[in-house]
Amino acid sequence: MSAIQEVVTEAPAVEAVPKRAMTLGYGTSLAMLLVLILVPLFVKNFVIFQLTMLLIYALAVLALNILTGGSGQFSLGQSAFYAVGAYTSAILMEHADINYALTLPVAGLVCFIFGFLFGQPALRLSGVYLALATFALATAMPQLLKLGVFEKWTGGVQGLVVTKPDAPFGLPMSQDMWLYYFTLAVSIAIYIFSVNLLKSRSGRAFMAIRDNEIAASAMGIDVALYKTLAFGVSAGITGVAGGLGAIAVQFVAPDGYTITLAISLFLGMVVGGVGWLPGSIVGSAFIIFVPNIAEGISKGLSGAVFGVLLFLVIFLVPHGARQVAVVAQHWLGKLKNG
Amino acid sequence: MPVTATRIVVASAAALALLAASGSGALAQKKYDAGATDTEIKIGNIMPYSGPASAYGVIGKTEAAYFKKINDTGGINGRKINFITYDDGYSPPKTVEQARKLVESDEVLLVFNPLGTPPNSAIHKYMNSKKVPQLFVATGATKWNDPRDFPWTMGWQPSYQSETQIYAKYLLKEKPNAKIGVLYQNDDYGKDYLKGLKDGLGARAASMIIAEESFETSEPTIDNHIVKLKASGADVFIDIATPKFAAQAIKKVAEIDWKPLHFLNNVSASVGSVIKPAGYDNSQGIVSAAYLKDASDPQWDNDLGMKKFYEFLAKDYPEGNKLDGNVVVGYGVAQTLVEVLTKCGDDLTRANVMKQAASLKDFRSEVLLPGIKINTSPTDFAPISQLQLMKFKGEKWELFGDIISADVGG
Repeated sequence: MSAIQEVVTEAPAVEAVPKRAMTLGYGTSLAMLLVLILVPLFVKNFVIFQLTMLLIYALAVLALNILTGGSGQFSLGQSAFYAVGAYTSAILMEHADINYALTLPVAGLVCFIFGFLFGQPALRLSGVYLALATFALATAMPQLLKLGVFEKWTGGVQGLVVTKPDAPFGLPMSQDMWLYYFTLAVSIAIYIFSVNLLKSRSGRAFMAIRDNEIAASAMGIDVALYKTLAFGVSAGITGVAGGLGAIAVQFVAPDGYTITLAISLFLGMVVGGVGWLPGSIVGSAFIIFVPNIAEGISKGLSGAVFGVLLFLVIFLVPHGARQVAVVAQHWLGKLKNG
Repeated sequence: MPVTATRIVVASAAALALLAASGSGALAQKKYDAGATDTEIKIGNIMPYSGPASAYGVIGKTEAAYFKKINDTGGINGRKINFITYDDGYSPPKTVEQARKLVESDEVLLVFNPLGTPPNSAIHKYMNSKKVPQLFVATGATKWNDPRDFPWTMGWQPSYQSETQIYAKYLLKEKPNAKIGVLYQNDDYGKDYLKGLKDGLGARAASMIIAEESFETSEPTIDNHIVKLKASGADVFIDIATPKFAAQAIKKVAEIDWKPLHFLNNVSASVGSVIKPAGYDNSQGIVSAAYLKDASDPQWDNDLGMKKFYEFLAKDYPEGNKLDGNVVVGYGVAQTLVEVLTKCGDDLTRANVMKQAASLKDFRSEVLLPGIKINTSPTDFAPISQLQLMKFKGEKWELFGDIISADVGG
């Protein structure tokens, strides 16, 4: 009894997030959605492109959030899944002439299988060791993509150019705007899926494993299955994001999917708040826009400026956007009552 | 009376014609696309100031310093250059974002000298569909010389393939029974060089190349590859490596007492940053090819053109390192752009920029080797396509043979 209790009371690796706190209320969600739908109507194409990238990285961050925030497993290898998704879409579009929208489920499925398989050996690892194993995956991926054997399909170091889709049915909107709304629709679908997943039996199993593996297995949860499943789902969503990224950027090359991307995604998750799904979009905004701000402050020292900004964020709001949201909610409540 | 009437009619008609001519002349004189005004020309640029290729960021800094110098002396036809340069960290998705920012948000007249093959590939289609010049890209890939399919993109430096083709020509003539060992960097640049070599050797490539070793830039040392190449029995060593690895290779070849005919790619032919650290003794007899003067080579100390360059370094860009070949590249390519924009006169449209860039005749930047000229035409988008072979002797490169052209179409 006392031995079990000791295990149970040990400090958890990741701060537990109750499942209600992982999402937003309906009102806020709708307001957010309205903003996302309306903004593109008033801005330049270039900004629409940035917003599309924002949604795409938000998806990738969300995927990592399910893995880390949901099931408590670390990954520095998300760039590898992103790359596989991007290449799957690009190859299908350019070599097999398949419609871009149809390549996304394929990219997701391929990555799901890839992630699920990778999750098998990763089962034996936890914490920093798992982080290292996934790190190895991320560093290996660009080189694998350059391999001569695959060059016929991947284009080797030269990469592949992807054709950008036009708006269908002769809709009077630019390619960028169409792609934005297409990405938005995919993102919303995946967001709803993720929220429901975490609220479901599987989601509860993820969180039980995150909070205490031994207790979870004692409750009859198949730890191995759910851990690999979390990897698979996370990889699958990242793959879809990668596919969308390839279509939006119109180009895939090994240099686009280095370890830097994996670290950026990890960073986005931390800034957005680990385990808080809506934070993904905040984290994504951070990794897209803050480097630009840093560059604006100092060209030569952009890396250092970025570091300082990151340090400030971590120092002031260690729980990321979630903390800001909680504080804001608190003040709003006070205003209402006072 | 009728005479006068006719006179008046003729005179007024002439006056009208004159007016019309001068009017249309004035219109033709001042034509602008986005990014150009009476006082300013906006030029965009994308460089890897951060990330794995940040060493090349020097090129962007040199260009900024050169344009500042031009602005300080009155600008181009009275217009100042507004040089907007962004960091892409050598990541293609970021390049796309920055290129779009330059074109759609900053509204530049053209994007000048963006660096790297993957970043430029990523924006190749975009720039051409927007009809914005992607001028003098900083990469030696062969595909930039393709005016038919990509009329808005132009390279500057000789293509990697043309360089190894020149080595191949030389080998076929001087050493037809050579057993070649190749060391190459496993990326676009290394593979392009290798392709040029194989194309140059033609049908004999398979029999002449007896060993190929590739290495990753993440490897700390390439010693093991050199040992393997020696063991293969090769008597010609083709060394396709960036400066750090090239210096290692030169040292290792000497250390294991391998005495092949050593071809060193132009990327690493700098005396200051490669040969000197590798040791002059170890470098005797190495063959390479060049198109630019090496600012760290004392033979150019009294050269008139290079004196101007040293003056620029001392006065306008004191933080520039003359041992760094990239400074010379940045200077040369910036001079070429200034020439193009000067020739554009008051017709600063994107179409005219490309037209002028495609009609350079025997233009010389002071930093080009004597005899090498920049020539372009509507069907030739490869500005520099000449190189000269050189052999290392004593403490400097000795140029030999004629200037060799090798145009490779995209």
